[in-house]
Amino acid sequence: MVLEALQYTFFQNALAAAFLVSIASGIIGTYIVVKRMSLVSGSIAHTVFGGLGLSYYLGTNPLLGATFFSLIAAAFVTLIRKYARNRMDALLSALWSVGMAIGLIFIFITEGYATDLFTFLFGNILLVNSFDLALILALDIIVVAATFVFYNVFMAIAFDEESAEVRNVPVTLAYLILFSLIALTIVMVIKVVGIILMIALLTMPAATAQMFNKTVKSIMFWAFILTLIVTVGGLFASFALDFPTGPIIILFAAGIYLGGMFLSKIKKQ
Amino acid sequence: MTRKEIISLENVSFSYSSQSFLENINLKIFEKDFIGIAGPNGGGKTTLIKLILGLLKPKSGKITLFGKSPKKGRQEIGYLSQYENVDLDFPATAMEIVLLGRIEKKLIKFFSERDRKIAEKFLKKMGVWDLRERKLNELSGGEKQRVFIAKALATEPRALILDEPLSNVDVGAREELFKLLKELNKSIAIIVVDHNLEILSKYSKEIVCVNKCVEKGAKYHEIARVHGKGKVMY
Repeated sequence: MVLEALQYTFFQNALAAAFLVSIASGIIGTYIVVKRMSLVSGSIAHTVFGGLGLSYYLGTNPLLGATFFSLIAAAFVTLIRKYARNRMDALLSALWSVGMAIGLIFIFITEGYATDLFTFLFGNILLVNSFDLALILALDIIVVAATFVFYNVFMAIAFDEESAEVRNVPVTLAYLILFSLIALTIVMVIKVVGIILMIALLTMPAATAQMFNKTVKSIMFWAFILTLIVTVGGLFASFALDFPTGPIIILFAAGIYLGGMFLSKIKKQ
Repeated sequence: MTRKEIISLENVSFSYSSQSFLENINLKIFEKDFIGIAGPNGGGKTTLIKLILGLLKPKSGKITLFGKSPKKGRQEIGYLSQYENVDLDFPATAMEIVLLGRIEKKLIKFFSERDRKIAEKFLKKMGVWDLRERKLNELSGGEKQRVFIAKALATEPRALILDEPLSNVDVGAREELFKLLKELNKSIAIIVVDHNLEILSKYSKEIVCVNKCVEKGAKYHEIARVHGKGKVMY
């Protein structure tokens, strides 16, 4: 019976984490899809590996180092966007690799065998402990509150940045906040599916929701629902099949995206 | 009757890297003017607009809007940026788009009842109130432009600058759009960039040709002269 999984604390923690991560991921994934910021997100995620390496070296909780490095990455992306916009592509790719390089060096100089390396890269929602849950809850509250407060300004810069600038909206500051929220969400998502798989969980539910919804708010809501379905569904499926959770979740997300594409094609005809 | 000057450029030059692009531009725009800005592609029309709006800094010369610096004065200008700067697939309704015109110089902005009333007023004025719940990509090119103009008007500006409002608008809807601009011109100044000289000379009071600096662009000059509104800048 799959339901017997519910009696285990680790599984309850995993379900709670799936729920909390789905909220932030649905909201921020919507911005990433609407504003086409996958490369920005990928760069931030891989820079986070540097933070994971640092935590490993210092022996602290990996999420702390990840949070710290993700915010530094968000600041870098904001600066690149402002001062080197026409070289953004190359610089973001550089940031991507440099973060990984820093992480690898930290892991190299740490004594002992890096057993967690695989978990960093591919995540493991089944290893979420109560400290992780508390941190994920705190990050969730920040993301939801900030999105509520800055919603209209994010809309303005996402739709037409130039006319927002003419209205004297502090565009760069708004981007710094948006990139920081993306960074915090990435940290949470990494705990679930890891750095390598993170971008799919962050974007595919929102991209699917976008096919059937008119407004940013409704895309956010449905992206949350779909993320919840694929993470919880993936958890149970991986338990039943005794497969690793992350890859199953990603395959579910891809399945939902393909199904959505198929449905929207039928709807149009 | 002396009309109040709203936009003034004195000896303004601008260059991208080492190449000089606009040289010694002098231009004055007054209240309730209807100015058409024409010129060949790459002639500097959009650059001129960006200088006026303080999105680019001139190499030399002085620009004032309502007697203030571009960055301060531009808040009194409604701006419709070029089509390519706008995400036409953006998931928002016409009403939501127009409300974005009410955004101001702060990070936290919640729309008030007054903001909604103003958005309603300009959606009605542009004849797209019935489409307010439609998603942007369900609207035709002409309808989109009306929504975007309503958004620019929602700032309650004293002048409206439109950068190529006719691209993506089919021929039948173009005259309609300009008739609306003419109507708006009763209370505010209108500055339109476009290459469609025919329609520009029909509706605007004056045409300014921008072609870098030295070349006059004879063809444009000719048409402008025929319509008796020519004012070539060089």
